[in-house]
Amino acid sequence: MPGKLYVATRKGLFTVVDDGGWRIARVDFLGDNCSTVLPTAGGETVFAALDHGHFGVKLHRSIDAGESWEEIEAPAYPPKKEGDEDWADMHGRAIPHSLKLIWCLEADHPSRPGGIWCGTIPGGLFYSPDRGDAWQLVEGLWNHPLRRRWFGGGMDYPGIHSVCLAPGDANCVRIAVSCGGVWVSNDAGRNWTCDGEGWRAEFMPPDQVNDPAIQDVHRLQVCPASPEVLWAQHHNGIFRSTDGGARWTELRDVPPSAFGFACAVHPEDPNTAWFVPEIKDERRVPVDGRLVVNRTRDGGKTFETLHRGLPQEHAYDLVYRHGLDVAGNGELLAMGSTTGSLFISENGGDDWLCISTHLPPVYAVRFVPDDG
Amino acid sequence: MPSVSFTPNLRRHVYCPPVRVEGATVSEALARVFEFSPRLKGYLLDDQGSLRKHMVVFVDGAPARDRKRLSDPVRDDSEILVMQALSGG
Repeated sequence: MPGKLYVATRKGLFTVVDDGGWRIARVDFLGDNCSTVLPTAGGETVFAALDHGHFGVKLHRSIDAGESWEEIEAPAYPPKKEGDEDWADMHGRAIPHSLKLIWCLEADHPSRPGGIWCGTIPGGLFYSPDRGDAWQLVEGLWNHPLRRRWFGGGMDYPGIHSVCLAPGDANCVRIAVSCGGVWVSNDAGRNWTCDGEGWRAEFMPPDQVNDPAIQDVHRLQVCPASPEVLWAQHHNGIFRSTDGGARWTELRDVPPSAFGFACAVHPEDPNTAWFVPEIKDERRVPVDGRLVVNRTRDGGKTFETLHRGLPQEHAYDLVYRHGLDVAGNGELLAMGSTTGSLFISENGGDDWLCISTHLPPVYAVRFVPDDG
Repeated sequence: MPSVSFTPNLRRHVYCPPVRVEGATVSEALARVFEFSPRLKGYLLDDQGSLRKHMVVFVDGAPARDRKRLSDPVRDDSEILVMQALSGG
């Protein structure tokens, strides 16, 4: 199947295809804020989430590979019962029962075809068993008492930005929350726990630094071929687990910086992962104005800083958490930035092709996965 | 019957022609509109049925005060105007 990439941006959804060379083939929802996109396996069904600001969050679906779109029901928080109070976050701010942003969409395990997970701000996880025809709030997570520990990181409210499933155990679902740590369900979403060890959150008082339920995980990825191996780009650095998330190891001394948002993991090799370093949380731009990608191929012991084809002077691109994706062969990568740059690599990140430097700010890049 | 009309910016997204509908409150009038344009409801109201933060409803030129239940009364000859609030940018 020819390569196809969707790019969700502040001003619309762009489709990029490889038909003898990568090019922007079309734009949909021009002018609208497209917060994320999900092409499902084979690419016939595609979801695009819009944030209209004044008019709220909407969800659109294509069933003809992006040729036409229809608006479908967006996930909605159920009506509050009489006497229900909004829970406050750990800082005492009330968290509304109302959708603020669709932050991520993920296809369910192949054993449940048509299943879609949706992570939102202010922290609700939704599930649709029928390709988005109907949505249900995952109550076991929303009502979990530890949700009161969550809080927003950069956003007013906490949010779920990563939902990870892997071949093998269909009942294992992992999510990551900013700020609320990594959560796992081993019964397909009914019950949830958050008890990983090894985290470190510099932004908390000393007695809470290692609390798993307040960690600001920026992005969580699982290796499809080795689902016991997890990678996380965190506010304080890069963390890795080789036991399914029970214990996490922080990778220190990652030049030029361990700060960043995005993370991509090789589909077959659990030791290979990519990151996009920025100076630090208070200065979110590339180190020395050079846009680079960090790749490890030995499980994080060492990193190669890849730069061929990327701007190496006065580059101030920030790559958001969904702005980096790897296709199923592990060689094809895409990266989109807040300054509207889009790059593709066909050799694992060694060399990058610049597709555009004039797009709107990029929120998410997503290759169409092969059919099953 | 009160008239209800909508900011032109909504027309790109959802069916919302100007109409005359029955109703003694803003809520009752909008409920009639939502009957023939169900999708419109989510563009005006949040998940709990309150007026979206950056939307505003004018009744005869004055902003409606009850943003939670939309209980502001309307007369038979009232003009209800649904607009974007400048607060939303």
